[in-house]
Amino acid sequence: MSPAAAPIPGAVTKERKRSYWHDVFKRFSRHKLAMAGLAVIALELVLVLALHLDPYSMNTDSGFGAPPSAAHPLGTDEVGRDVFARIVYGGRTSLFVGLVSALVSLAIGVPLGLLAGYYKGVPGVMVMRLADIFMSVPSMILVLVLVSMIGPSIQSVTIVIGVMGWPQFARQLYGSVLAVREKDYVQAAVAIGEKSWRIILKYILPNAFAPVIITFTFSIASAILQESSLSFLGMGVQLPQASWGNIMYAAQSITVLSQRPWLWVPPGLALLITVLSINFFGDGLRDALDPKTKL
Amino acid sequence: MGKYLLKRLLTVIPVFLGITMLVYFMSSLAPGSPIELLMADPFATAADIEKKRHELGLDQPVAVQYLLWLKELLRGNFGISYRTYGSVLELVSSRIGPTLILTGFTTLLSLCVAIPLGTVAAYKPYSLWDYASSGLSFAGAATPNFFAAMLLIYLFSIRLGLLPTGGMYDTSGVHTWGMLLRHLIMPALVLSIQQVGSFIRHMRGSMIEVLNEDYIRTARAKGLWENAVLIRHGLRNALIPILTQIGMNIPFLIGGAVVTEQIFGWPGLGSLMVTSIQARDYPVIMGITVFVSLAVLLGNIVVDVLYTFLDPRIRYD
Repeated sequence: MSPAAAPIPGAVTKERKRSYWHDVFKRFSRHKLAMAGLAVIALELVLVLALHLDPYSMNTDSGFGAPPSAAHPLGTDEVGRDVFARIVYGGRTSLFVGLVSALVSLAIGVPLGLLAGYYKGVPGVMVMRLADIFMSVPSMILVLVLVSMIGPSIQSVTIVIGVMGWPQFARQLYGSVLAVREKDYVQAAVAIGEKSWRIILKYILPNAFAPVIITFTFSIASAILQESSLSFLGMGVQLPQASWGNIMYAAQSITVLSQRPWLWVPPGLALLITVLSINFFGDGLRDALDPKTKL
Repeated sequence: MGKYLLKRLLTVIPVFLGITMLVYFMSSLAPGSPIELLMADPFATAADIEKKRHELGLDQPVAVQYLLWLKELLRGNFGISYRTYGSVLELVSSRIGPTLILTGFTTLLSLCVAIPLGTVAAYKPYSLWDYASSGLSFAGAATPNFFAAMLLIYLFSIRLGLLPTGGMYDTSGVHTWGMLLRHLIMPALVLSIQQVGSFIRHMRGSMIEVLNEDYIRTARAKGLWENAVLIRHGLRNALIPILTQIGMNIPFLIGGAVVTEQIFGWPGLGSLMVTSIQARDYPVIMGITVFVSLAVLLGNIVVDVLYTFLDPRIRYD
């Protein structure tokens, strides 16, 4: 340890250490459900990214639609594929679609929200009216129409869900920017003749960004649910590619429903647990990022 | 009020045009054409196909097609279904009733659960009831509705044999209220599971706010029975913001109805949408889009207007 890093005696260090992010971390770690959510998501990511299973490895002893056994922990499906392997691969798809569509929504919504909030007036009104249009139509119906028109695939599902999700970000940011732009430090920056884009990027964005992180978390969960609904209707991710929704699409017959629960209960539970964990995580994050939450 | 209403109704027009344009132009980008489905006849010649394309107006530029469609729409002509050759207006309007029954019953069911749970949670925050109701709302929001539907069908139809797996009436041809209710209960429950969480959360929040108001303190100070304070002074005021929540939930409710109707074979707009998309039946897709977006837009206006009646403090001028 270098002498400079040695703790200086007295209360000063203790005070200095309590930065905003330090508090955020402390508040978050006290939120038990949020920590549990984080642990589940981390575990899932490791499982989904690290496991390399062969979904087509058929075991002649167990055959088609076989119940869970030692060789196939979740049994096999109608065509003899290992259900556990399908769920791991399906998880890769579902989590990918969720994350990337949320990123697409963010990439469209954040700049629009920033511009609308900073310039108010005509551009602001136009962006916010456009957001109203998008939010007043049932997005499920638009997504369904658009995906089936473009042709269902992982890419089209991801892009359409992402594009449809931008108003959440734009609205959220618009509100925060309106509040931040009246702050003295922004007015000061305007007064010394700072360029608009520098003010937006340097002073406004960092101070209006916390709610965006929260919106981002919830939008991952909602994108995962939307993708699974589309795939369940057979209009999302197409077979033979696996997603949690289309594994259940393939299990819609009454025989499977009544006699082979291992084909549809595990992917359903995987979806439920994932979305629940992300929502708990987001809830904890909301409390943690709010400086008013007591430590 | 009249001026406000007029202003709101006028804003519906650009929003409506925006939505229909978006759907119309996207449908025209589709790789497959309805002609291919219509002319499945192997003996059709290129000339026949060209003739059909001309008849349907599909040889025109998309913008012209859209304007023609809009012109006909204003005359009340929704066009002819590519799939059934029937009038789109008749087809779509025959499906509105079932969807209204389903979504209306769902909302009622959600309110019956959310109002008591939210009130108790607000009255005793951080009690066991509060945690239970917040657990319920988290779980409900995270359950994909098709998974909830499959679990319910498995439990109530297959294991217990209590409820029918789908449809609106059975095939006997006799339509009774009891039969409707038996068919309605599972799809409504599925949709409600998804919706009830946000109702509970808002009910709790609004009740907590109301319970901190001066008039509640006054009511207690004059020695009113606690239940009267809660229900007459608290609940009645706390219910108003829930109305907005009902309005804001309409798009999600209709979106959820698509999947739910499809699973339960409920003859509403949602299942018609899925069938029409699969058949690339553009006139019907457009017809449903028109109805649904108008319903959502007007529904929100109705909610805002009702608001002024329920809460005299709010004025739109």
